[in-house]
Amino acid sequence: MVIEKIEIKNLYKIFGPHPEKAVDLLKSSKNKDEILSKTKNVVGLNNVSLSIKSGEIFVVMGLSGSGKSTLARCINRLIEPTSGEIYIDGENITAMSYNELLQVRRNKIGMVFQSFALFPHLNLLDNVAYGLKVQGVPVAKRHEKAAQALKGVGLSGWEKHYPQQLSGGMRQRVGLARALANDPGILLMDEAFSALDPLIRQDMQDELMNMQGKMNKTIVFITHDLNEALKLGDRIALMKDGKINQVGTPEEILNQPATKYVARFVEGVDKTRVFTAAHVMKKPSPLLYAKDGPRVALLRMNEVGISSIFVVDKQKKIQGLLYADKAAEALRAGEDTVISYLDTDYAKVAPETYISDMFDMMATVQGPVAVASPDDHLLGIIVRGTIFAALSGGESPL
Amino acid sequence: MIEFRIPLGDVTNDIFDRLITVIAPVTNALSSSLETFLRWNETFLLLWPPLLFIVVLGLVVWFFVDKKLSIFIAFSLIFMFGLALWDQTMSTLGLVIAGTLLSLLFGIPIGILASQYDMAEKVITPILDFMQTLPSFVYLIPAVIFFGLGKVAALAAILIFALPPAVRLTNLGIRQVPTEMIEAASAFGSTRTQILKEVQLPLAMPTIMTGVNQCIMMSLSMSVIAAMIGAGGLGREVLRAMQTVDIGLGMEGGLGIVVVAIILDRISQRIAKRSKEERDISK
Repeated sequence: MVIEKIEIKNLYKIFGPHPEKAVDLLKSSKNKDEILSKTKNVVGLNNVSLSIKSGEIFVVMGLSGSGKSTLARCINRLIEPTSGEIYIDGENITAMSYNELLQVRRNKIGMVFQSFALFPHLNLLDNVAYGLKVQGVPVAKRHEKAAQALKGVGLSGWEKHYPQQLSGGMRQRVGLARALANDPGILLMDEAFSALDPLIRQDMQDELMNMQGKMNKTIVFITHDLNEALKLGDRIALMKDGKINQVGTPEEILNQPATKYVARFVEGVDKTRVFTAAHVMKKPSPLLYAKDGPRVALLRMNEVGISSIFVVDKQKKIQGLLYADKAAEALRAGEDTVISYLDTDYAKVAPETYISDMFDMMATVQGPVAVASPDDHLLGIIVRGTIFAALSGGESPL
Repeated sequence: MIEFRIPLGDVTNDIFDRLITVIAPVTNALSSSLETFLRWNETFLLLWPPLLFIVVLGLVVWFFVDKKLSIFIAFSLIFMFGLALWDQTMSTLGLVIAGTLLSLLFGIPIGILASQYDMAEKVITPILDFMQTLPSFVYLIPAVIFFGLGKVAALAAILIFALPPAVRLTNLGIRQVPTEMIEAASAFGSTRTQILKEVQLPLAMPTIMTGVNQCIMMSLSMSVIAAMIGAGGLGREVLRAMQTVDIGLGMEGGLGIVVVAIILDRISQRIAKRSKEERDISK
């Protein structure tokens, strides 16, 4: 049996005077508002079950009041769940004694807060070293590790400064360094970038992705921003009213919304920043092989009514783009192949290019755009129509 | 008409009559040790020739607190010396220092207790209200009964009067620490004691220092009232002036109290302010 990094089973959290009663009501499928009016209990989490894999960035997304922060705080029991279980590395967190829990918090989980929550009375070095200090790590050792962590977020030389002297982006870097200082396996990031300016926020997102490439932590990232979720998440859980509506990859969330709520949520997404060339490309057919002559070329183009066609070799390596008028020219000249009539200056993109980055090219280019691997193998083609089709409907273009 | 009267006074008298016989040995023992403490304090202050005292205090304040304040203090103390009220000033100062120390010794731990347990706060707050609103003359009498006329009784009265601000502001300061700080500290696996020591107390320090300042001022004001039960010092001059209708003497003693008040207030405020600045170095 594979042990998941974090496994959450039937988690409930009720705020209010009679939590157990509310759980029973929830199980008999009463909704949040009924329970509030009947028992004065507020439902925080309603039967949440999740498994989070080691090394993935798992985004929990929802609007305020959806329970996403509550869920994050249940994982390290900053908030006590009302019922249900949480396992980290197979160990039941919810059943742990206070002392065992302290050890888990110290060794396994780092946390980053929306408001940074840096200690104003400590300089950056001591802020970052805080988690090590409470573990009883000697001062020289913890300062060394803290300095390393600060270096990791690009803040070397700032050790003696105080948090108040820093900009928001820098403060959150410190927050990140503090969470990473004792090298935990799990990083809880509660709206970590939500308080930052849009540009700084993007930088931080990129940097987190970069760092994650090297450190390979299990990251639980809480956000209310769908674009952030789509950008960072390997998988996304969308929450509403304490319930999980859907768990899936960004593509699944966008293309196969499980509920009306999810569909409405993703409606306004700028898909051009989510979909890549690989998502929208068409199968490259018909194709022309290098051995084919101009007559075949014209025939193929005629069949489907196109005015240009890609020519590839047997390994599907692109030779060039053949326009109909050139093919006709070759025919008149009595050529056997069209090799010398190919346009080799055709438009080409990598499969991972975002659509938003292709608009300029699409506006100027004549024929189809080739989606090619780095060694020029043709994977698919894109014409203007493909992009519109992909963006207009909920239908997956694939 | 029905004769209706709650015999609170009689009952109180009764209780105190009994209490005295029971706890007299305790209060006597306490009284003598407190008296020793007070005597040391005063002896220490009077040990110095006035001029040396002024110079040393001036220098300490000059280097560690504030230069302008140091000059002010030096002149005011020379003024007190010139009024021939030096001994009285030192006596008051000694009583205030002792009263403040004692109040803080009890007040800060009680404040911490109140901040950590809501139940403790619920019990402590009304007691503090009671202590602060009860007219001081009411507890001057039992203080005398338990500790006899003199400085120890005065000290007891000071304790009742000056303890509440220390407790309240310690409690307030700790409770005002933003919850996100507590959350962050918990998330990294701090124990409750560690949270208190590493996060709550340092962040509450400016407020606690305001409490210390309040405590000092309360001690001073009570030390004047306590002249009526033999506290001595500047308060006795004022009391004597009142009894003999001596306006001049009243002015001298009164001004002396004002001077001592300003000195203690400015020094403690400056220290409180500095602890706040150390926290908010935003320049």
